Parts: sequence; structure tokens; C-alpha cells
Amino acid sequence: MHAIEKILAKNSGKSSVKTGEIVTAKVDFAEINDLYLQTIYSFYEMGGEKVWDRERCAFVFDHYAPTPDIKSAANHKEMREFAQKNGLRFHFDTNCGVCHQVMPEAGVIYPGMIVVATDSHTTTHGAFGAMGTGCGATDMATILMTGELWFRVPEIIEVRLEGEAPKGVFPKDVILAVLGKIRADGAVYKAIDFTGSYVEQLGVPGRMTICNMAVEMGAKTAYMQPNQAVLDYVSERAVRPFEVQYTDPDFEYAETYVFDVSTLEPELACPSSVENVHTLESVTSAGDVLLNQGYIGSCTGGREEDIAVAAKILKGHHIPPYTRLIIVPASRDVMLACLEKGYIQALVHVGATVTTPGCGACLGAHEGVLAPGEVCITSTNRNFPGRMGSTEASIYLASPATVAASILNGRITDPRLYL
Amino acid sequence: MNTQITGKIIVVGDNIDTDQIYPGRFLAITDPAEIGSHCLCGVDESIAANFPEGGIVVAGRNFGCGSSREHAPIALLNMGARAVLADSFARIFFRNAVNLGLLPVICKGLHDKVKDGQILTLDLDAGTVTICETGEVLPCEQLGDQAMKILEAGGIKPMMRKRFGKE
Repeated sequence: MHAIEKILAKNSGKSSVKTGEIVTAKVDFAEINDLYLQTIYSFYEMGGEKVWDRERCAFVFDHYAPTPDIKSAANHKEMREFAQKNGLRFHFDTNCGVCHQVMPEAGVIYPGMIVVATDSHTTTHGAFGAMGTGCGATDMATILMTGELWFRVPEIIEVRLEGEAPKGVFPKDVILAVLGKIRADGAVYKAIDFTGSYVEQLGVPGRMTICNMAVEMGAKTAYMQPNQAVLDYVSERAVRPFEVQYTDPDFEYAETYVFDVSTLEPELACPSSVENVHTLESVTSAGDVLLNQGYIGSCTGGREEDIAVAAKILKGHHIPPYTRLIIVPASRDVMLACLEKGYIQALVHVGATVTTPGCGACLGAHEGVLAPGEVCITSTNRNFPGRMGSTEASIYLASPATVAASILNGRITDPRLYL
Repeated sequence: MNTQITGKIIVVGDNIDTDQIYPGRFLAITDPAEIGSHCLCGVDESIAANFPEGGIVVAGRNFGCGSSREHAPIALLNMGARAVLADSFARIFFRNAVNLGLLPVICKGLHDKVKDGQILTLDLDAGTVTICETGEVLPCEQLGDQAMKILEAGGIKPMMRKRFGKE
């Protein structure tokens, strides 16, 4: 069996599971973000009274942090009241950050577990050897009532990433290259296991960025076998004991894709689809792409390492007049670390707008939405029409280094010139 | 549950994501009718106001990709849609639709053969979709036992109420 199958088997009380089988599995942690007041409505509509386990579920207020309007404030108020009434052990209010960053920081994510959240990017937690998957509000309400959810045991695709990344190629470039090959629906209903020498040496933040975007290929979940960096991270934080699962040597993948990371270049996902991936050079050689906004943040690209590389590239310079750069640390811990190291101060001097930790304009809610005709380059995860505001705005997805180099120059620019 | 549906269609393209079905700027809205009024506005703002009651959305591949937002099937249902027929669906959208009683049915190749305003008949028992104007019949995929169990119960909410002895 694969490690993911072992996790599903263990949590559904079985000794083994087969691809395509429907199992009902215990959920080790359930997270509801602040877009889904419907979860509470569905919970009561279905006859829910108290959550199944006050230690194993939490709200994270990240999409409206802090609230931009009366409606979202009223939604937060109802959620807070529900959390208080149920005496939830964990609560992440508007001062915490993006759910996929704050949950690992709080130690509720660890190897061998199942985490389900009302957010598609829950695939992020494969970085820790956990099975993470997203669900809708009413599925979440059934978890809050029962502590379990039905799953179809997925086919598992291996994405083997071999070699060392050249200068200027970051985990975001790697996952964009993978996405350009596998396409936006290449892994629908399936799981992706990222393997290979590149993954084995990769630190926690890079692993999170890669697993995060597995869902952009339609994947139900992602997985990476925990390495020492992961074990060090979780052993300092995990709130309960855990067991790492290992894939059996005779396991056969449904498909295998192999990428030589050493041959990759900085990549872009061009408007307006995540699968519209091209090398940066092929885009810029066809002509200048002028920019209105750069954006560094989100569960994909708002960690300390992402802000650090931007500060390194931009320190001592100033962004051009009539452009803006928005920096959104993924969490309070990220913000504090960046302050301590002087990155935030440097970026403020560069002309950046630094906002509170959260999802911000990644999904067009607030704090940097785009006007018709504007062009943005961003370290986030989606460039769908209207994702960050107007459907007539254009969004390019790139690594944080590419965002920084590009906004410095007012046009899409190769970060290798500044590294 | 009604396994035969006849309705007027609207046709949309490939990779219609949840931001196009229901943009992020409306996510704080909780009134279902108001949610329905913004349905598919990322594709064309006039779709919801002109959508035929009991109609069917026909799409290309990967319909509903993107966010986990349940607002997407809530919007489709409250716009008046009873089914979506597509070449393929994103996984979370599929689950959300089934949970709420919206039929997400895979009918490969249909998208390339039809246009706005035509009438289709979906017959889930027979596993067919008929284009009424031409009489052409295409096979569609079964929804699977788990999805049918939920749909036959009227969605996940009646199913759970029954399980918890609330009705």
C-alpha cells in the first residue's frame, strides 16, 4: 500500500484499502475558514447540537482579516459565538494568518493524520506526510457532527523531481513547470506523491508551496515522505503523538512523471489559467509585459523565505512611480520573523504596502484588488478571470523572486539578473 | 428522486472555475436567492437573470475547478439549474453538488455538439442524454453508488437528519 492508503486504512479501522473503494474515515483535525458560515447553518439544519470533539476542530479567520465590511463582520461574530459555545480548544482570529500556515505552526498538523478543511489548498499538508483535503461547507458540517467523512481511495500519481534547482529557480517555478505538463485536470480525483532527490532535500516552506498547488491539477490530496526537516519542525510543535507512514516498496503508481529540476528555468502561469505555463524568457522575449502591481503573499508564497528573497532583491531600491507592491505575510509568526530580520522594514522603505497576515487580495476579497485593464504579477496560486478583482485584469503567477525583480523594473523581469 | 430531466441549456467552456461561477467578492453573502443572482457572472453577467427555470448547464472539461466554495452549487441551484453536464468535474465541486441535490453528470463530447437555448433530456436510469432537436443520443456516466445514495435521500442534509433521528 501507499502511505496515503495506510492513513485511510488506519483511520477507517481497516487493515487495507483498495483504489476506488469508498471508506468512512475518522478526521484527525477539521478546520473551517471564515468564508463558510454555511457550515454552521448546515450543522444546525442537519440537527447538530455540539461538535464531536472540541480539541479537533477550529475556525481560522483568514479571508477577511480584519473584516472589510459589515457582512463579513457579522459572519465572524456568528462563528466566534459558535466556537465559544462549543468551547473549541483552538481558535485563530483575525490576528493569526492563513489557515495552511497557522495550523502547522500551532502543531495540529503532523505526519500520518487526516486533515480536512473548507479550503481547496488543504493539499498543502502533504508536505508533512499528512493526508490533507478540501471540502465544502456541508461536508464539513457532517464532520463536525460525526468526526468522520467518506472518501474514495484515490489513484496515486508519482511526480518524481530529480536534481538540484539552478540559481533563480524556486519551488514555485518547479510546481508551475509540473502544472504546465500535467494540466489543470490531469489529477482530478487522484492523489499526487512528490518524490525524488529534489523533494528529499527540500525544506518545509518549499514542500508546502509544491503540495499547495497540487489542487491546481485537480488533486484530492498530495504527499511527500517526511524528511528530517519535517520531523524537526513537527517534533517541536505537534500537539499529540504521531506515526509516520511509509509506502511499500512494491507499490505501483497509476502514472509516473519525471522532471529534471536542474534543467528548469523561472516559469510563469500566464493569464488566465493556471495551466497556461511558459518560461519567463519565452514571455519576455516576445515583448515587454508592463505591470501595475506586484503581490507577495498567501498559502503558496507568503512565508519567511518568500519575503526574504524579495527583501534581498529590492533592498536599497525603490519601486517605480505609479506601481505598487503588496506584501502579505502568511502568518503572525512569519511577520514577526520578518520584522526581526529587518525584511519588513526594508520593504516598507522600498515602497511596499505591508498588510495584515491573511488571504488578502489573493481571492479578490480586499487589500489590493485589481481594476479593469490592470496587470499583476503574484506569488499566489490562481490567475482565473476575476480572481483578484476585475475579470478584465490580467494575472501572472510567478515565484516571489520573479515578482520582486519584475516590480522593481515595472515589467516582467528575470530574477537571475538580481540574484 | 427524479432521474429524468428535460430542460433548456446554456453552454459554457472548459475550466470554468469557482471564481467564474461565484466570484470572491460576493462570498460574505448568505441569502441563497441573492447568491443565485450572481451565478456565472464571471463568465457573463447576464446569465443568471435570463436562466430558464429548471434548466441545465452544459460545460467542457474540469467544471468547478478552484476553490472549495459551496456557494458555487448553491448559486447554480438558486439560479434555477437542476443539472450540470460536463466532460469532467473538479472533485470538491462534484461532492458539493451531490450533497445539495444538484446533478453533476459526465457526458463526454456533448459540449461540442450543442448551443445555448437547445433542449436536452437527461435519463440517469438509461445513462443517456438526448438532444431533442436532432434526436441524437449520447451516453452519460453513472454517478456511482455513494453519490446516488445521497441524491436518493434528497441530499446530505435529509440523510444526516434521519441518521441523527431528527425526522
